[in-house]
Amino acid sequence: MAQISLRSIWKSYGTGAKAVAVLHGIDADIADGEFVVIVGPSGCGKSTLLRIVAGLEECNSGEVLLDGVVINTLEPAKRNMAMVFQNYALYPHMSVFDNMAYGLKIAGLTKEEIASRVESVAVILDLSTLLQRKPRELSGGQRQRVAMGRAIVRKPQVFLFDEPLSNLDAKLRVQTRLEIQKLHRQVGTTSLFVTHDQAEAMTLAQRIVVMNAGSIEQIGTPEEVYMRPATVFVARFMGSPPMNILTQAPGVAPSTLLGVRPEDWVIDAAGWPMQVDVVELLGAERIVYGQLRNQSYGELITVRLPASVTPPTLGEILHISVPMEKVHYFDAETGCRLKGESTRCSPFSLGVG
Amino acid sequence: MAFPLYLALVASSHTPQALAQAPIPLWFGDQWWYSYSAALTGSADAPSQGLAARMLWVSFVVAMVITVGKISVSLLSAFALVYFRFPLRKLCFWAIFITLMLPVEVRIGPTYQVIADLHMVNSFAGLSVPLIASATATFLFRQFFMTVPDELVEAARMDGAGPLRFFRDILLPLSKTSIAALFVIQFIYGWNQYLWPLIVATHEDMYPITVGLRRMFGGADSPPQWNVVMATAVLATLPPTLVVVLMQKWFVKGLVDGDK
Repeated sequence: MAQISLRSIWKSYGTGAKAVAVLHGIDADIADGEFVVIVGPSGCGKSTLLRIVAGLEECNSGEVLLDGVVINTLEPAKRNMAMVFQNYALYPHMSVFDNMAYGLKIAGLTKEEIASRVESVAVILDLSTLLQRKPRELSGGQRQRVAMGRAIVRKPQVFLFDEPLSNLDAKLRVQTRLEIQKLHRQVGTTSLFVTHDQAEAMTLAQRIVVMNAGSIEQIGTPEEVYMRPATVFVARFMGSPPMNILTQAPGVAPSTLLGVRPEDWVIDAAGWPMQVDVVELLGAERIVYGQLRNQSYGELITVRLPASVTPPTLGEILHISVPMEKVHYFDAETGCRLKGESTRCSPFSLGVG
Repeated sequence: MAFPLYLALVASSHTPQALAQAPIPLWFGDQWWYSYSAALTGSADAPSQGLAARMLWVSFVVAMVITVGKISVSLLSAFALVYFRFPLRKLCFWAIFITLMLPVEVRIGPTYQVIADLHMVNSFAGLSVPLIASATATFLFRQFFMTVPDELVEAARMDGAGPLRFFRDILLPLSKTSIAALFVIQFIYGWNQYLWPLIVATHEDMYPITVGLRRMFGGADSPPQWNVVMATAVLATLPPTLVVVLMQKWFVKGLVDGDK
């Protein structure tokens, strides 16, 4: 059992006039056994939030609750959480075995118990043959697994991941992503995972917390966040290439922004004319970049077309349209979603539960 | 550069008579045993001179105490400066840093006063303690500790290691090479101390080799026994040489990389 609740967490660095607010009242609940990904651009405060949960940093106000108990002042080690760091933070002078055993040794476990735990985790992570090596003799992926092993061995109540995949190459990242998913299914431990990569967030999360500039923009399942983004920021941030946001479109009030996912455009002779600027082939699909050429509107548009469609040539005028039900509407002023039933958009607290 | 050393070796292998003649011998003689045993344990010819064995011992103990003391004090003070937030931390650092500019010679008067008042003249403590505080080593360790990634500290905190545990289990092993490098430098520094022991050691029993060696040919009552003097000089160079040779591997490693 490990359920985490965050109650209006505020954090700022510095004091007085020079203080920089990093977190503006964060509220969130993470259910027992849930895998939650916090995603946002760099500098949005997501790592700070994770470190506050870990106890490595203190918040200025607000409460961190673990199973209903306030743990604000509890030492990191006493919170029974394990963290996987971005740079792995392995002890360079210790062997893989010692790295994994260190926490257990401090916890005062017997030698036999430590050995059996470390060895069983090593089997899961395919590290058995590397136990006597030093971290510098390992590849990036192996180091990453050791860092995970060090966390798993302690059988914590909560796993905290601080961008653990960002130092891996693309292929390994995808592979490790799958392994983390599998692992979570096996152990079912509550996990908090911080990343700036929206694809990682989409694939790993049971629920996503999208953060921007110290506030939560939206909390929801990957489907919710992708299909019904609560704000323009979420709409632009999740998904690659990002959603098209049209500031002026025919038949739409000027106070409204129109959002269309690149894959929702369809080629339609009666649609809006778009002049093609760039075409990128990504294997199964093509990304077409262009500019709207209707009336006075010159919006830049991204369209995602299946590779089976005849490729447009550069400079060609393509007519495109979008089904009404696929269009997202946002308020131009607040950036909040209009006509969205799940909108949790209020000026201060965007994310509740 | 090697010639004086060579000459000392040659001279230590002859009798005093041979060395007193006009062209001094430039090739090794056969009086090794005579010179070195005279230097170490004394002989009928040179009764009044200090014994090299005792002087070497004094030097060794003093150099070791200085080295170990310097390293442990600096490690701890650097640890405090880097990892703890306490009031006037910056001031402390600068206070330590500024003492870098004050060599022993500058503060020798007051230091002697303190040592004399504490009745530490003519003791191992008096010879070594005033030389232990070291801004250089503190500074060096501080710089090294600052290169240790913060994430390592945090990982240790997550693992439940308290500050001292972190110091012992992680920081110390990581500083191994720096410690070795400092050990060599500081041992030689301690071994070569001259001015301070000259003042604090007034009894023959407490002369380190540097002071004792000087006394051997400074006496007015009898002509110096050059072969014994040279033998002692050769003996005096051995311990630092040994330290350098034995720690060389670590020393170079410590200077070249941080082994991280």
